[in-house]
Amino acid sequence: MLAMNYRGPYRVRADHKPDPVIEHPGDAIVRVTRACICGSDLHLYHGLVPDTRVGHTFGHEFIGVVEEVGSSVQNLKVGDKVLVPFNIFCGSCTLCQHELYGNCHNTNAQSTAVGAIYGYSHTAGGYDGGQAEYVRVPMADVGPMVIPDDIHDDDAVLLTDALPTGYQAAEMGDIEEGDTVVVFGAGPVGIFAAKSAWLMGAGRVIVVDEVEYRLEFVKRYAQCEVVNFKEVKDMALHIKKMTDWVGADVCIDAVGCEAAGNTMQTITGVYTMMQAGSATVLHWCINSVRKGGNVSIVGVYGPTFNAVPIGNALNKGLTLRMNQASVRRHLPRLIEHIRAGRIDPKQIITHRVPLEEVSDAYHIFSSKLDNCIKTILVPPRANEVRAVKASVQH
Amino acid sequence: METRNDIVSANDQHDGHHAPGEHDGDGHVGHVHGHIAPRRPTRDQLQHIQGWGADLDRKNRPGVPMERTPPRFINVPDGDPAPQEQHVEVLVSTERPGRTPLFGSVQPPSGLSGAIRRLAFKSTENDVRHWLLLLLADRVNVVEGIGDDLAKGKVPNILAEMGIKSELKHNPAGLAKKVALGAAVIGVACYLMQRRGRRYR
Repeated sequence: MLAMNYRGPYRVRADHKPDPVIEHPGDAIVRVTRACICGSDLHLYHGLVPDTRVGHTFGHEFIGVVEEVGSSVQNLKVGDKVLVPFNIFCGSCTLCQHELYGNCHNTNAQSTAVGAIYGYSHTAGGYDGGQAEYVRVPMADVGPMVIPDDIHDDDAVLLTDALPTGYQAAEMGDIEEGDTVVVFGAGPVGIFAAKSAWLMGAGRVIVVDEVEYRLEFVKRYAQCEVVNFKEVKDMALHIKKMTDWVGADVCIDAVGCEAAGNTMQTITGVYTMMQAGSATVLHWCINSVRKGGNVSIVGVYGPTFNAVPIGNALNKGLTLRMNQASVRRHLPRLIEHIRAGRIDPKQIITHRVPLEEVSDAYHIFSSKLDNCIKTILVPPRANEVRAVKASVQH
Repeated sequence: METRNDIVSANDQHDGHHAPGEHDGDGHVGHVHGHIAPRRPTRDQLQHIQGWGADLDRKNRPGVPMERTPPRFINVPDGDPAPQEQHVEVLVSTERPGRTPLFGSVQPPSGLSGAIRRLAFKSTENDVRHWLLLLLADRVNVVEGIGDDLAKGKVPNILAEMGIKSELKHNPAGLAKKVALGAAVIGVACYLMQRRGRRYR
């Protein structure tokens, strides 16, 4: 099959590799019809995530058609069109029993610090991802969801990560009516966090970024105020000024380890990797939020350590909440929002690229060329109608 | 963009009131005041926002409470998953009692990078050496990847893998700058090496 193939930092290509096979009675093989490049894929692409092996196929945002199922799969059948949440989870461990699917303890042998994620290095379990023609989907009875007929495929693929992550970011901010919410990052997750903040009753939503076209987009799409941090001398001071010197009620980090805006952080966090990524946005969040406020972190950081002003967080009495999104628990509500027209996720898609051109797709997204916000990769067999294979007995 | 970076207080923004303290560009407050609660917009003022308040009621928020049991929306399996059969080497964190029932089996460790990874997995995740060794292994693995390509008779097109076609199409000026900078660096390096060679001749 054709699949994205990681060759090293800033180097990926489309290559042929063996088709995935059923390895467990609970597995399914899904023929991918759409896969996105996520902002967090860029951390892998830039070589910042430990144990990213050459030959790995990225991609944790994908939808497709079930091609094979293992012997114990009961809830999916061959031919079902499914969206697959980025978390690989068992559904039965203590954490899954509490709907913390992003923290499942039964699917990642290689790290206890991270749940299992499709195509996100061996630190996240060592599963190939969906930027390919086919992908192995473990625990197929639990993770995937059959896409309702009235949900557009482009909306469905954004329900696998970007939208639920943005929504959970707002939810973890514990927004109350009239709150001022500052979202750092105008990428797809930040855009959806801004949109979700309004759903939860925010009184003001301010999005901060440095990329002009993204600020223009989010201002229009999420009806929010925007700040270009390149034009601001001090971010925390600026937010204080914008909020009557109090600070925001809620700050959301939708950027993570490659945040720009502070040269020293970039040098120590990105170029020399002396910390697990640039902590610029963590500083901005902690220092911009009001005393007693909430900081919600969904931007991804590496597994080692970051220099953050934890003393300020303590002295200000902040609540810090963070997690990988627990995608499955958000889906019913988010589908209601899409049906009600409160949110139209597919509007953020700017690029649709054949999988064969994955090298260019990554470069365009990484370098923010051509006003790119969200890229969908389309495998060559995406639209193929094939004779379905018989269920495979393990 | 008209709203961007205009220093507007919440009061100015929504009610047309003045900001509570006058301040200069460096943020120095002109006079002392005790105002700590910015006025909030009314519901009427927010009605134009698409979907505003649909999840104002916390019971509509799927993650409230944060930990919720039993799980909704999934088909809860009976007990732990059956163990997956292991056919390739899988490195296992020392911070757990054994392999997980499910695991990823792609790109098993091999070569020098594999040896470094095995060494890394002798230490805990709590030990920073674990992660630093894995990063080292990743870099070694890149060189191995080029070697593998060459061994298969494939010369990797590194510029194509880096997306040079899209750079040329969407950012030709930036590409020209990078090429010029690269040429300058190489030129200076060559010149210095030549000078050094002459000195020791």
